[in-house]
Amino acid sequence: MSRTTRLSSSLLRAAAVTGVAALTLTACGSGSGSGSSGSGSGSVKVGLITKTDTNPFFVKMKEGAEKAAKENGAELSTAAGKFDGDNAGQVTAIENMVAAGVKGILITPSDSKAIVPAIQKARAKGVLVIALDTPTEPQSAVDALFATDNLKAGELIGEYAKAAMKGKAAKIAALDLAPGVSVGVQRHDGFLKGFGATDKDVVCAQDTGGDQAKGQTAMENCLQKSPGINVVYTINEPAALGAYTALKAKGREKDVLIVSVDGGCTGTQAVKDGKIAATSQQYPLKMAAEGVKAVVTYAKDGTKASGYTDTGVTLITDKAQAGVTSKDTGYGLENCWG
Amino acid sequence: MTATTTPYSELKAPTAARRLLTAPTTGPLAALLLACAFFSFSTDQFLTGGNFSLIVQQVMVVGTLAIGQTLIILTAGIDLSCGAVMAFGSIVIAKAAAEGSVPPLVAIALGLGVCGGFGLLNGLLVQKIPLPPFIVTLGMLNVAFALTHIYSAEQTVTSLPGPLTALGETFPMGHTDITYGSLVTIALFLLLAYALSSTGWGRHVYALGNSAEAARLNGIRTSRLTIGVYTVAGLLYGVAALLLISRTGVGDPQAGQTDNLDSITAVVLGGTSLFGGRGSVLGTFIGVLIVGVFRNGLQLMGVASIYQTLITGILVILAVTVDQISRKKSR
Repeated sequence: MSRTTRLSSSLLRAAAVTGVAALTLTACGSGSGSGSSGSGSGSVKVGLITKTDTNPFFVKMKEGAEKAAKENGAELSTAAGKFDGDNAGQVTAIENMVAAGVKGILITPSDSKAIVPAIQKARAKGVLVIALDTPTEPQSAVDALFATDNLKAGELIGEYAKAAMKGKAAKIAALDLAPGVSVGVQRHDGFLKGFGATDKDVVCAQDTGGDQAKGQTAMENCLQKSPGINVVYTINEPAALGAYTALKAKGREKDVLIVSVDGGCTGTQAVKDGKIAATSQQYPLKMAAEGVKAVVTYAKDGTKASGYTDTGVTLITDKAQAGVTSKDTGYGLENCWG
Repeated sequence: MTATTTPYSELKAPTAARRLLTAPTTGPLAALLLACAFFSFSTDQFLTGGNFSLIVQQVMVVGTLAIGQTLIILTAGIDLSCGAVMAFGSIVIAKAAAEGSVPPLVAIALGLGVCGGFGLLNGLLVQKIPLPPFIVTLGMLNVAFALTHIYSAEQTVTSLPGPLTALGETFPMGHTDITYGSLVTIALFLLLAYALSSTGWGRHVYALGNSAEAARLNGIRTSRLTIGVYTVAGLLYGVAALLLISRTGVGDPQAGQTDNLDSITAVVLGGTSLFGGRGSVLGTFIGVLIVGVFRNGLQLMGVASIYQTLITGILVILAVTVDQISRKKSR
């Protein structure tokens, strides 16, 4: 049994050392406070919290924020959840940024409702919080929202698809995001509104998480279920490209109309290549740049940004339809992200 | 440990210095202190009482999961289902209290019961059929994940009654604010550390992890012990569920998706061997703090979060390498 006694004594020792170390550190540091308002060193600290580190949309958003921070003499710190939907990760990021003394936080909430208590705590400490891209629920939980009007983005491709069908009877498939996520719901509803259809006209609706592989699987299953599908609404271009692959395998890529939302560079190129008929392009770079500017303004004179700022959306297609305003892929590729 | 392979009579009495050098927690502790020292020099905000209480508060959920994970890994098992079971428990508690108008304490008991039940089921499948823990808990991960999403209908549960979030509230201590939940986590660590190091049950857990067959031949009721360990772990996930709710203020069906791997990371960083029979929950506490300190410190320095993932990955590989080398030496 000497093994156990040795183990326990070394454990106790380790515990004692940890305790002493923690106490020492706590004691040393207790004088300087939480530092939530400390911006004495000159540059304004701005935090950017995205849903993930890996999605090109957020990578572009980060680039926009970094550029704007440089131009405005601000110091940018970034964080992200581990996966889309990682609320706890975003809460931790908010806390750490407040501890780091940021003046404002720009956040793309992974969970519109769940993030609200953490945002309230940050705002109570005088930090300006702006939602980018995705609104919180309620929207008033943040100081301001800089985002694409997702309903409008959906409407644009809905109107386009309606015009492009030229009166042909439509059999619609919807490759959606995920249940309960506002961005996906708004785009979906907007599309139906623009098309003048209802959910009853959608013969197949599947969640894709905005993922290309899942988009392909969803489209394969939809074709299995209703071979006559001729219009495909997709939540974003990766899902659209997945759908295109599935359609091509069946030799259906020419006679099915795919429309999408996002305006990423790969997606816009796919519009140019004729794989996707049209997409609604949004501008993450602009969201981030405006957000950084708003925080710098707040740091300078205390003016808080408020309300909703529409960062714009443009319909991109090379097959323009009469009565639907659009720009070509030349413009799209110049302004795309990712 | 040398004692498992060397006859007792041939053991030299180890000196204090030698003991400290060979203790499995020494390496992790040194890593933690080095990281703290590094971040203290790198940023002004790291070395404050408020920041330390924040770190403990941030790691309490994964920390509590990691206690259960340590127990299971000590028996040479693994639990991939802990995060998903916790998420299901948290939705059960949140929905019962917020929508079922059940008294908060009953809701909490319900959550603990559900999580404990999952643990019991894991234990039974591992022990009675028997199936490898990896497979059982992988299956249970999917079961719990699906039940969470079905039961919650993908909806976040908000407006929870006060008592459910009480553990997330703080009380002032000196210049800092400590959450009650942090105290719960620390108390659980101390309790389980005591149980493992100073009770017969604890000795049996180590014996089981070293060799289940030898433990059985020595009269340890290994079957009951294994099922018990998985059940205790499940109950701990229930506590973690309550801590999660109290920390975020909502019931979130998306929660816990990477917490199974995070808890294993903490266990490994804390010097517990994935091959069982060697390690401690205090080591795991240090492991949890290492991850928390890196995440917090790098954020204070303004380093993007992807580097936290990078560093954590390197640390895990280093920790397992150290474990392997020290095992070879002790043979």
